[in-house]
Amino acid sequence: MLRVLLVEDSASMRAFVRTILTTSPALGEIEVAEAQSGFDALRLLPRGAWDLVITDINMPDINGLELIAFIKKSEAHKGTPILIISTASSERDRERGLQLGANGYLVKPFTAEALIEQTLAQIGTDASRGAHG
Amino acid sequence: MAEITDKAREEFFSEAQEIIETLSRNLLALDAAQKSGKEDPSLINEAFRAVHTLKGLAGLFGAIRLGAFSHRLEDLLDDLRLGRMDLRPEVLDVLFATVDAYGRILTIEKEGRDEDLPSVDELFRRLDRLGAAVERSVSPMGDYELDPGMLAVLTEYEEHRLRANIEQNLKLYRLRVQFDLSTIDKALDDMKERAKRHGEIITYLPTGEASSADAIELDLLVASRDDLATLIGTLGADNVVIEEIPRRRRSMLPSVAPVRGSSPGGAPVGKADPLILADGGAVDAAPSLRSLTQTVRVDIRKLDHLMNIVGELSIVRSSLSRIAERLRGEGARQLAAELMRLHRNFDRRLGEMQDGILEVRMVPLGQVFDRLARVVRQISRDLGKEIRLVITGAETEIDKLIVEELSDPLMHMIRNAIDHGIESAERRAEVGKPLAGTIALNAFQKGNHVMIEVEDDGRGIDEVALVEKAVESGKIAAAEASQLVRDEILALIFVPGLSTREQADDLSGRGVGMDIVKTNINKLGGVIDVHSETGIGTKMAITLPITLAIVSALLVRVHDQVFAIPLSTVSEALSFDAHGVRRVENREVITVRGSSLPICDLGRLLGLPEPHEERKRRFIVVAALGNRRLGLVVDHLYGQEDIVIKPLGSSLSRVRGFAGATELGDQRVGLVLDSGAVIEEVLSGAEAPRERLSLIHG
Repeated sequence: MLRVLLVEDSASMRAFVRTILTTSPALGEIEVAEAQSGFDALRLLPRGAWDLVITDINMPDINGLELIAFIKKSEAHKGTPILIISTASSERDRERGLQLGANGYLVKPFTAEALIEQTLAQIGTDASRGAHG
Repeated sequence: MAEITDKAREEFFSEAQEIIETLSRNLLALDAAQKSGKEDPSLINEAFRAVHTLKGLAGLFGAIRLGAFSHRLEDLLDDLRLGRMDLRPEVLDVLFATVDAYGRILTIEKEGRDEDLPSVDELFRRLDRLGAAVERSVSPMGDYELDPGMLAVLTEYEEHRLRANIEQNLKLYRLRVQFDLSTIDKALDDMKERAKRHGEIITYLPTGEASSADAIELDLLVASRDDLATLIGTLGADNVVIEEIPRRRRSMLPSVAPVRGSSPGGAPVGKADPLILADGGAVDAAPSLRSLTQTVRVDIRKLDHLMNIVGELSIVRSSLSRIAERLRGEGARQLAAELMRLHRNFDRRLGEMQDGILEVRMVPLGQVFDRLARVVRQISRDLGKEIRLVITGAETEIDKLIVEELSDPLMHMIRNAIDHGIESAERRAEVGKPLAGTIALNAFQKGNHVMIEVEDDGRGIDEVALVEKAVESGKIAAAEASQLVRDEILALIFVPGLSTREQADDLSGRGVGMDIVKTNINKLGGVIDVHSETGIGTKMAITLPITLAIVSALLVRVHDQVFAIPLSTVSEALSFDAHGVRRVENREVITVRGSSLPICDLGRLLGLPEPHEERKRRFIVVAALGNRRLGLVVDHLYGQEDIVIKPLGSSLSRVRGFAGATELGDQRVGLVLDSGAVIEEVLSGAEAPRERLSLIHG
């Protein structure tokens, strides 16, 4: 089973991403943990291994870039692929995220197809691969 | 493929509404900060983030207008937060106007309508007229020995703030802080609050070197005017290490060694339990994917549904007690006692459930007060009157549905107060008042009621002009006018079509508006009272029930009909003595403890047929709302019961005098009296109430 950590401060955006990921037949069985801030993400991160982290950049307190840097420094999680979701206007921030080691990005608003495609690209096409398996 | 469900759409609109309210609060705080000469750049950034989120969501949910508008506004806020434009007063005005525009756009998007919004188009033009942003020269950051790792994770905004602070030649500090992950939100808020007194927190970077899995270490980059010792004084603690970030050019200055901001002998920061290591993943035996968000949004109709079930359960409860009575009567005392115990237990639990549901419906009045603060700002600018708004009791809670219905009446009252109540600055100077007028908005709970007062320190209501006008427009006869007591004169402002102004202006027009205000407050089961002192000011006091969902009522019988009178409006019940009735000014009154009480035969008021046989003992229920009291003559008192009020349905919705209907325990339906309306009707006495209230045998 896939485990995805979703970091985003908008509840509707979280619900949207979660619905797409959990209902897509292409992704198989999947668990999506939601964090509504960088701190929430730091709290959830140690709870096991993750197949993918999807994060917003513009968040209060700990921003997405700081979260990416933290994950890439961490022994346990540095291999976890990271997908940035941000708006078109945050181009510079997105570039920084990629420099810090994020693996891909989506520009809000994105389609369900684009999200699934990016998710598959990050975790590898073999959807049966899970962090525990 | 995932589709956007109705539920998701509803959540989106609900979140959008919240975001707009946040934006509004930010703007008010920004305005207040500007006025007091204090700058808080984080407020602009928060406003930016709000609009930024809104734009992203609008795109997902296909809300094109919301998206386009947010996009334009986001650009402006981005320029403001990145210092490419100054926050001039006209910019702030435009920003305030966007809140109302958002409200309009949201309504249209929600209803899926496609219509022109000229006010929004105009706002677009105003946004365009604000002028172009200017690129600022970028000041170098190389002067400071900043950690490249920290610089790499700054967002564009944070980098801008860092430069802005460096331009002001402030000192930079690194605060290395250890937090417990479980309590970080509160601890950090506390830290932010204290750090704000000295300067600005530019970023928070997790170092990844926490002492345990439950802890987190953050580097805070802080810009401040104050020196190290001062910072240590306020921010120092066992878990904090403060370091000044040295400047390169002044390398002759001794570089400051890290100072532990605590008393000597404080515990070392890195006190790690050797068994729990920083990475922690292995220690957590059962990883949980529990979401950390512990809030759900609930449609209020679902709560109404639950409340209806509670109402039906209370009918079951009454039946239980009746069966117990019957059992006792038939000699099964043991069984009756057991059933009574069960009944009491059921009763208690049902009460708890009811309270629980009610609590969920409660929201703080601050929600509507925030909107009013915006209105005050707008009107005071439009009229060129300086107004100080003082709010107390914003945390007072009241039913969500009541809050929604309150904003229009309150807005109107405030408009009136500023427009007609508060004098011009010149006039105020002449009479020795402070130049800025004060509007006080006070809320507090009083028993089962919430009181809201709108008070101004203006000129007060001109009673002479008011009476003249009422006579002139034929609302009262001249002879009657001379008989009016003070409260009755002031109550004239609620008479439809009576304005004390020669010309009604587009802003308010006191007479017209106050009549509608009063009707709306009455609809909520509340009353409004007015107090005024010439030259000192006017106070309008609204008394409202805390909730609309459920009420304790006194059940009474009039002839063969059962009525429920909300207990919150009942002050006492008395035995009726027909010999004590006097007639004063066309009104029946009795004397209770030395003062006279107007009374009214409820059966006659409602047009019920007079019974043939003579009634022996009758009762008076004294209904009181605000400072008005009325004795209602009824035939029998059944006692108190909690009832769920159900609407009368569209065909009867325009009938006045009844708040709705309720199911009684014995499968019958009783009408719920709207005490406020009945008191109004009888005490105003302007027209024969019979025609307007009678419905039962109509």
